[in-house]
Amino acid sequence: MKSNLAKVFDNCKKENRPALITYTVAGDNTKNNSLKILNKISKHADILECGFPHNTPIADGGQIQGSSHRALKNGTKLKDVFNIVKKFKKVNPNKPLILMGYFNLIYQRGENNFLKDCKNSGVDGLIIVDLPYPENKNFANKCKKKGITFVQLLSPTTSKERMRKIIRDSHEMLYYISMLSTTGAKLKVSASKILKNYNKIKRINSKKNLVIGFGITDKTISSLKSANGLVVGSMLCKIITNSLKMRQNPVTKLDKVVYSLKNKIL
Amino acid sequence: MKLKIKKGVPLIDQHDKNFMYGGKFGGNFIPETLKKPIDDLTKLFSKLRKDKKFLKERNYHFKNYIGAPTPFIKLENLTDYLGGAQIYAKVVSEANGGAHKIYNATVHCLIAKKAGKKFIVGDTGAGYAGKMLSMAAKKFGLKCKIFMGAKDIKRQRPNVEAIRKNGAKIVPVNTGSQTLVDAVSECMRYWVANCDTTHMCVGSTVGPNIFVKICAWSTAQISRELMIQVKEEFGKVPRKMKLLNCVGGGSSAMGFWNEFIDTDAEFIGIEAGGPKNSKLHAAPLTNGSKIGILHGSAQYVIQDREGQIGGTESISAGLDYPGISSLHCFLKDTKRAKYTSASDEEALKAYQLVSKFENISPSLEPSHAFAEAIKLAPKLKSSDIIIVNSCGDSIKDKDIIKQKLGSYVR
Repeated sequence: MKSNLAKVFDNCKKENRPALITYTVAGDNTKNNSLKILNKISKHADILECGFPHNTPIADGGQIQGSSHRALKNGTKLKDVFNIVKKFKKVNPNKPLILMGYFNLIYQRGENNFLKDCKNSGVDGLIIVDLPYPENKNFANKCKKKGITFVQLLSPTTSKERMRKIIRDSHEMLYYISMLSTTGAKLKVSASKILKNYNKIKRINSKKNLVIGFGITDKTISSLKSANGLVVGSMLCKIITNSLKMRQNPVTKLDKVVYSLKNKIL
Repeated sequence: MKLKIKKGVPLIDQHDKNFMYGGKFGGNFIPETLKKPIDDLTKLFSKLRKDKKFLKERNYHFKNYIGAPTPFIKLENLTDYLGGAQIYAKVVSEANGGAHKIYNATVHCLIAKKAGKKFIVGDTGAGYAGKMLSMAAKKFGLKCKIFMGAKDIKRQRPNVEAIRKNGAKIVPVNTGSQTLVDAVSECMRYWVANCDTTHMCVGSTVGPNIFVKICAWSTAQISRELMIQVKEEFGKVPRKMKLLNCVGGGSSAMGFWNEFIDTDAEFIGIEAGGPKNSKLHAAPLTNGSKIGILHGSAQYVIQDREGQIGGTESISAGLDYPGISSLHCFLKDTKRAKYTSASDEEALKAYQLVSKFENISPSLEPSHAFAEAIKLAPKLKSSDIIIVNSCGDSIKDKDIIKQKLGSYVR
């Protein structure tokens, strides 16, 4: 049987457009609001990435750090993250949701317990920022056995030989980091250059669904729409920050923004 | 499984194929983007450390620029005052710049040159790592940026001024606790975004494995010198000899102990116990912290049940770090080294006593080690030898010392 993720990518391909993937942090700006946000934006987004916050991130820029900080400050724990996912999946059982975060939280929970929590709450996939290949082989296999997609990352610094190995061992979805950067920086590479690298990866194995992330905003998203999927994260975190500053409701604000992002790639 | 140290293999090379010591400490928990720069650096370093020309160059700079060997002296007055063991100091603070951080900084600049990089970045807590990196960068013609927590910028002013004078840019880090842990995170994030043009120097034996190795390999100069000095003084390595060293990240202790791993010398690492009446500290080994992942490396680290890194507190910015080198975790679990802690107050008192009796002025970091020496010495016999690594000079702490003790005299 095809996974939720595979079905979404198939659909998007039929509609000749990339999948829109959003990233928000569980518990930002409150536990309730983050669930409301997921419910709202899932009407426009195809796949939802949900960050589980860590206080010592080594690859996140200021915006996502800000969101994680807010989430931790209001007491968001792993069990809250799984609660949010569970409630979301109850209403949206077919909408793929991917958890993203740092390995220490999994390490402390125990790999097997963590995966059990994922399974019970309905998590479809995992992106672990600081567990690279081949160190992640073992854990990725455990994910596969549970029917959870482990998303391997590729970057502009990944050599071709290494790419081949990673792709060979990867599941159905891969994530290409557009440039040398933490999350949320300005896109410092041209869209054509990113797509050139993207196509290089696709030539190694065209069947894998390859999404692009880092530096994607409303301004850059349409220039990359030939990809299988596009991730928008920091921009959304920034909108939460700004709407809090302006005393606006972050939920309705994000709903509008994600709607307009979707229209840009149709 | 009982962990064991292999004889005759350099400690830094005792890792498995995943770069883990004892199968559980260290490794490379890093974003994909850093895989290649770290692989490149790993290959370059393993080539350079076997390259006779490079070693000659290193030794030349250690001698003529850093000023090797640093003195090894007996603290006669302190020994007489305390009674018991004979107390010695390896005065590493006499090295150019005033602390052991110069060894790692110099080696990183030499490597950066070989790698063809024109920019170098580093983190700093007490400011010595930053000061030395800015000094060495200036000497070797590299552009330098130093990441430093906003709290540390305030409390280590003399080193901040030195960094600026050397022409380096200080990037204040305002996230989290605004201390060393945040400076290292921010520096790593900067490297993720700039690894194509920039070399990163991690300021201690922490971070992804290659940085642990380069740093310990660099500071090992301390024990190479000490081995000769000890043999000159005693004719051989004495049977009852204790080597006392403060540990924050653990770079000076690794350097101080390295050559003595296969001898009978006893190793005691002293962590920062924090203020006497505070629950906060920076002593993960002493207080039984669990293994976790911090800055790309598995180690004993202060954290909560979930795995969020915990807050620390110490009067000494250089020890104010929630984690500890994977090598020290390995030495602890193999029982090769023992670890204890000294409080802020004990360190201050030790500073006061040592600088009163002797012609040296240790910074607050080695004052933690002196505090342990002061505790131990009276309980031991005159045939026992205690050697303390006086790895930093107190001048950087003049503001704190003035505030806590009323005056600072040099």
